Amino acid sequence: MPIVVGYVPTPEGRAAFDRAIEEARLRGLRLVVVNASRGDALVDPRYATSDDWASVRDRLAESGIEHETAQQVAAVDPADQLLRVAHEANAELIVIGLRPRSPVGKFILGSSAQTVLLQAECPVLAVKAAPL
Amino acid sequence: MDGVSSLLDGFATAITPINLLYAFIGVLLGTAIGVLPGIGPAMTIALLLPITVSLEPTQAFIMFAGIYYGGMYGGSTTSILLNTPGESASVVTAIEGNLMAKRGRGAAALATAAIGSFVAGTIGTLALALLAPVIVKLAVQMGAPDYFAVMVLAFIAVTTVLGSSMVRGLASLGVGLLIGTIGIDPTSGQQRLTFGIPELADGIDVVVLAVGLFAVGEALWVAAHLRRAPVEVIGVSNVRMTRDDWRRSWKPWLRGTAIGFPFGAVPAGGAEIPTFLSYAVEKKLTKHPEDFGNGAIEGVAGPEATNNASAAGGLVPLLTLGIPTTATAAVMLGAFQTYGIQPGPRLLDTQATLVWGLIASLFIGNVILLALNLPLATVWARLLRIPRPYLYAGILFFASIGAYAANNSTFDLWLLLVIGLLGFLMRRYGLPVVPAIIGIILGPAAEKQLRRALQISNGELGGLYNTWFSRAVYAVIVILLVAPPLIRWIRSRRDAGGTPIAQHHANVEGQ
Repeated sequence: MPIVVGYVPTPEGRAAFDRAIEEARLRGLRLVVVNASRGDALVDPRYATSDDWASVRDRLAESGIEHETAQQVAAVDPADQLLRVAHEANAELIVIGLRPRSPVGKFILGSSAQTVLLQAECPVLAVKAAPL
Repeated sequence: MDGVSSLLDGFATAITPINLLYAFIGVLLGTAIGVLPGIGPAMTIALLLPITVSLEPTQAFIMFAGIYYGGMYGGSTTSILLNTPGESASVVTAIEGNLMAKRGRGAAALATAAIGSFVAGTIGTLALALLAPVIVKLAVQMGAPDYFAVMVLAFIAVTTVLGSSMVRGLASLGVGLLIGTIGIDPTSGQQRLTFGIPELADGIDVVVLAVGLFAVGEALWVAAHLRRAPVEVIGVSNVRMTRDDWRRSWKPWLRGTAIGFPFGAVPAGGAEIPTFLSYAVEKKLTKHPEDFGNGAIEGVAGPEATNNASAAGGLVPLLTLGIPTTATAAVMLGAFQTYGIQPGPRLLDTQATLVWGLIASLFIGNVILLALNLPLATVWARLLRIPRPYLYAGILFFASIGAYAANNSTFDLWLLLVIGLLGFLMRRYGLPVVPAIIGIILGPAAEKQLRRALQISNGELGGLYNTWFSRAVYAVIVILLVAPPLIRWIRSRRDAGGTPIAQHHANVEGQ
């Protein structure tokens, strides 16, 4: 029954990651960090760079909690990939980052957070970026 | 009329608002497609061929030339920030340019690439304006055997120079020449390779061919290799060069121009060879040899100047002889044909407004490109975030419209699919596409000259090499065919290690 966190290299994503570590420590659970991309564009800023991903691993090693990392490219939306990982691991909690979106932007592009919130089989903890 | 006064007339044509607008659209589009790997100026011009129906030739060619130049600028951005060359002409730039970006000197690399392209493009265009009338004077004295010899040179140069193997190049050329013969034989009126299909009697429309090979072929190829992990883009703040960068860049710019222009002007397969050459020269002449291998600015400045100069040089044979040396020039030749304009030595007289307006607009386009690329390079890099399914769906959409509009027949759509499949298979089996497209477009012209030469000599084969000019050209062809294997043989005997540059000769579309 691990905690699954959707990691994105943005302030929201980092906030979610920090909170997930905290939750995992609190509950004494394993933490699964997922970073995903559809891989259909040449450049995806939401796909962690190798340096960034290495720093995530360092953070996890430092924290001393039991953990697992998965960086994957598949033909479905990152939100669906996160849900699949959570389903397969039988997750107790999903942690995601939330960012402010304009109604129009959300209408056109959809929202990964919404997909996760509505379709997850377990409770979802949504974290906002720390105010600057 | 000498070059300078005609050029001033050309500026009068190019400076009209509507022509300025088309030049702007051209360079904008050119930069965009230059940034995107796999989509080159040749494909873009092919996709835009159908609009020639509604556009004046001058405006269409001003736009096409803007795309041609813009592609050279845009390619460097992708090379430097992503280590993925946007164009085959920017392959060399990726070597030092990406290393510079990784060391946090990406801004200087982008700047030297843009300014170098501007310097080389301007000098190259000036050389084009001065050289074109001179070559035309020589070209009017050329007979059918001379033309045929130059065309054979173009075929051989393109096949031997591009890609990894001569056999593959020749195979691709053969495919192109074969497709070029489909239709009614212009001399005897006989149908060739039409298999009794009436739609084939007119030959295959150049739009269908170019769009099929480049756009549909590339789209299928990308669709077959869709998923891969995204590449890291290196962030760059403001694009600026230090005094030291200027000092180290200006000589490579000028040397690159000197190397690129002649290589573009002779039929030698475009910008690949001269950019490699420029890189080698800069590496040898540099005062900072320790920088090569971890981001030397000379290694960006030289090749980037070279590829723009060779783009200018490539217009010389196109406008004076009607002989394309690159895929883009070949597609532009196709555009001339759809307008019913016969490119050749008489073009400068019969279409003076078009040619000089085109050349003048190249100067203007260069200025616009500098203004677009220097401050906006990182904005252009954002184009790379477009998901490829959207991009290629759009391309296929325009490809189909273009193919259908060519003759208003659904037969052409089926043909487009077949040729697209051919383009896909050629990519799959490593056959370069450029020789095929040059074979298709130049093949019928070469055949005409061949038969004319043979008719003059009453079928004597000697009629093909009875002038000193044709003999000289054939001598060059023999050297081209014999030299590379010979050099390889000598090298293998000396047992030199493989150069790391060779593997960069990836399957990138020709410019």
